[in-house]
Amino acid sequence: MTMGCGLLFDQTLCLGCGACELACQKEHGQPPHKAVKLDADSFTFVGRVEGGYFQRHLCMHCGDPACASVCPVSALRITKEGAVVYDASICLGCRYCVMACPFLIPKYEWNSPFPRVRKCDLCYEGRVSKGEEPACASVCPNGATVFGERAELLRIAKGRIQREPEKYIDEVYGEYQAGGTSVMMILGKTTAASGLREGVLLDALPPLTGRMLRKIPVAVPVVGLMLAGFYFLTKRKNDIAKEEEEEKNG
Amino acid sequence: MARGRKPFLLVLAAIPALPAYILFMRFVHGLGAVTNLTDDMPWGLWKAFNVFSGVALASGGFTITAAVVIFHLEKFRPVVRPAVLTAFIGYMMVILSLVVDVGRPWNLWRPLFYWNERSVLWEVGLCVIFYTTVLFLEFLPLVWEKLGFRGGIRFWGWLTPVFVIAGVTLSFLHQSSLGSVYLIVPGKLHPLWYSPALPLFFFLSSVALGLAVTSCGAHYSSRAFGKSFEPLITESLGRATAVVMIIYLAARTLDLGMRGNLDKAFRMDTASLFFQAETALLGLLPAALLLFPAFRRDPGRVAGAQATVVLGIVLNRMNVTLTAFQLGTGARYIPHVFEVAVSLIILCAGSALFYLAVKHLPVFGAGESISSPPAHKAPEKVRMGT
Ligand code: SF4
Ligand code: SF4
Ligand code: SF4
Repeated sequence: MTMGCGLLFDQTLCLGCGACELACQKEHGQPPHKAVKLDADSFTFVGRVEGGYFQRHLCMHCGDPACASVCPVSALRITKEGAVVYDASICLGCRYCVMACPFLIPKYEWNSPFPRVRKCDLCYEGRVSKGEEPACASVCPNGATVFGERAELLRIAKGRIQREPEKYIDEVYGEYQAGGTSVMMILGKTTAASGLREGVLLDALPPLTGRMLRKIPVAVPVVGLMLAGFYFLTKRKNDIAKEEEEEKNG
Repeated sequence: MARGRKPFLLVLAAIPALPAYILFMRFVHGLGAVTNLTDDMPWGLWKAFNVFSGVALASGGFTITAAVVIFHLEKFRPVVRPAVLTAFIGYMMVILSLVVDVGRPWNLWRPLFYWNERSVLWEVGLCVIFYTTVLFLEFLPLVWEKLGFRGGIRFWGWLTPVFVIAGVTLSFLHQSSLGSVYLIVPGKLHPLWYSPALPLFFFLSSVALGLAVTSCGAHYSSRAFGKSFEPLITESLGRATAVVMIIYLAARTLDLGMRGNLDKAFRMDTASLFFQAETALLGLLPAALLLFPAFRRDPGRVAGAQATVVLGIVLNRMNVTLTAFQLGTGARYIPHVFEVAVSLIILCAGSALFYLAVKHLPVFGAGESISSPPAHKAPEKVRMGT
C-alpha cells in the first residue's frame, strides 16, 4: 500500500478542532500550540474560511516537486511513496526551495545559527516509511483528513463531488496543480477564499528549467569548439595580414 | 593633544567594529538578526546585488579575453589584465557574499559531490567554483611577472588560449543560467520580467555590461592611476556596447510583444516605471548616444554613457530578483541597514583588493598581456622601426 501515497482533505468535513496540528507538532517534537500560519514550528495549520468552513494547509507533496528539483545538493528529495523529505545535514541554506515552491510551503529558521528548511514531511521517518499513516490523518475525529493510495483517494474525492455536486466545488485541488500532488483537497461551495494558492500552473514546473539544463551537455562542446575555431581562424587571418605587411616592408 | 585624538581613534576603531558586529549577529543569531528576509522574500539584497549583479559586473573578464585571445582583436590587449583582475576579484567577492548569505556555508562545497543535475543552482555553483579557478589561472602570470619567473610566463603564454576558451564557455553557462534560475517561478515573477528567454537576456546583457564595465574601468583608472589608454579603446568599446545593448533591448521588446505583454510596459504603474528606468532611461538612451561617432569622440562622455549602461543592467538584475518578485508575489521587502552595510563593505573590500593589486602587480604594466607572445613582440617592432 506504500506506492504513491497521499492525503485527502475534505473541507466540508473539517471541524476546525486543530487535532491534526497538535498531533503533527507532537510527532516532530515541536512545542504544542495553536498554529496561526505555516512557520518553522507549524507544518500544518487549520484556518477559518468565511461561511463556516475550515481549511487545512500543509505541503502538497508534488509528484514532480519544484523544491526538490531546484535544490543544488538534493537535500530535498521525493521518496518512492511520494513523500517529499529533507536532509538538513547536506543543505546549503540557499533557500532556492523556499523561493521556488509554487504553494509557498517551505519555511526557514531565520533566527537560528544552524538553520533548517521546515515543512511537512508526510511523517515519513516515523510513520509512512514503516507503513503507518501520518499523525494528522490518524487523529482526525471526523475523517476530514484521510491517508491512502493517491489513485484511491482521487476516486473517493471525485465520488463525493459527484454525489453532492451542490455541496462541492467541481475540482480536486491537487489533481493537476503543479503537475499533480500527493496531497489533495476538495472544497465546499462558498464564495469565500480558501487561502489555498490560486493560479498554480497545472503542469509540473521542473521541466521549465529542465529544457534549458538538458542543452548544456551539447552547448559546452559546441561553444568550446566554436571558440577554438574562431581562435585559429582569426590567428590565421592575423598571421596572413602580418606576412603581407612584412612583404610590403621587405 | 592626546585627548583631542580620542574621538578620532574611536571612529577608526568603529570601522572594523561594524562588520565584526554584523558578522557576530549573523553567525550567532541567524540571518533574521541582521536581515529583513522572510519566508515570502527568501532572497534579498545580498543575492540581488552581491551575487546576481556581482556576477554580471565580473563579465568584463570573459568578454575582453574572448575579444583579444580568441578573436585576436589586439587593440583591446591593454585592458585584458584589468578586466581579468576585476573578474577574479569580483568572483571572490561573490563567494564571500555567499558565505554570508547562505544559511549553512560549511556545506558550500557540497554541490561538487552531491549532484542534482536538474537544479540550475547546482550548475551555477559548479560554474562559480570552476570559473573562479580559471580566473585564478588567468591571473597568475601577473604574479610570475612580478617574481620574474620566466618559465611560468612562457608556459602560461602557451596555455592562455585553453584557459580563455574554458573561461568563456563557463561564463556563457554561468551568466545565462543566472537567468534560468527564475524559469521555475512563472507564477511569482512579474510578466515584464518573466520570460522563457531569460537565460538569453541575461547572457546578452552580461556581454554589454562586460564591455561597459571595462570601458569605464579603463577611463577612470587611467585617471586614478595615471595610466593612459588609447582613446581608440574606449571608442571601440563604446560602439560594441551600443550594438549589443540594442540587440538585447530589441530581443526583450520582441519577446514582450510576442507574449502580449508590451502594453504592461506603458501602464505608468510601479512595474512599468521600474521597467522603463531599466530599459529606456538607463539602456536605450546611452546606447543610442553611443551609436553616434561624434559622441564617442569625447572619452568623458563615453565613460558617462557606459556608466549609465552599467547602472541599467545592475538595475535589471535587482529588478528581477527584488522588484519583479515582490510584484509577482505581493511580498514586501526593504533591506535592513545591515544588509546594505554588508553589501557596501563587500564592494569596498573588492575595490581595496583591486587597488592593492594595481599597486603591487603589473596590472597596467609593461607586459601588456595575460599571455607572453606580445611581450617579446614589442622589442621586435622597435628593432624593425630602427
Ligand atoms: S508543495 Fe512545495 S514544498 Fe511541498 S513538495 Fe511541492 S514544491 Fe515541495
Ligand atoms: S535551502 Fe537547502 S534544501 Fe532548500 S534548495 Fe537550498 S540546499 Fe536545498
Ligand atoms: S503528514 Fe505528518 S508532517 Fe505532514 S501535516 Fe500531517 S502530521 Fe504533520
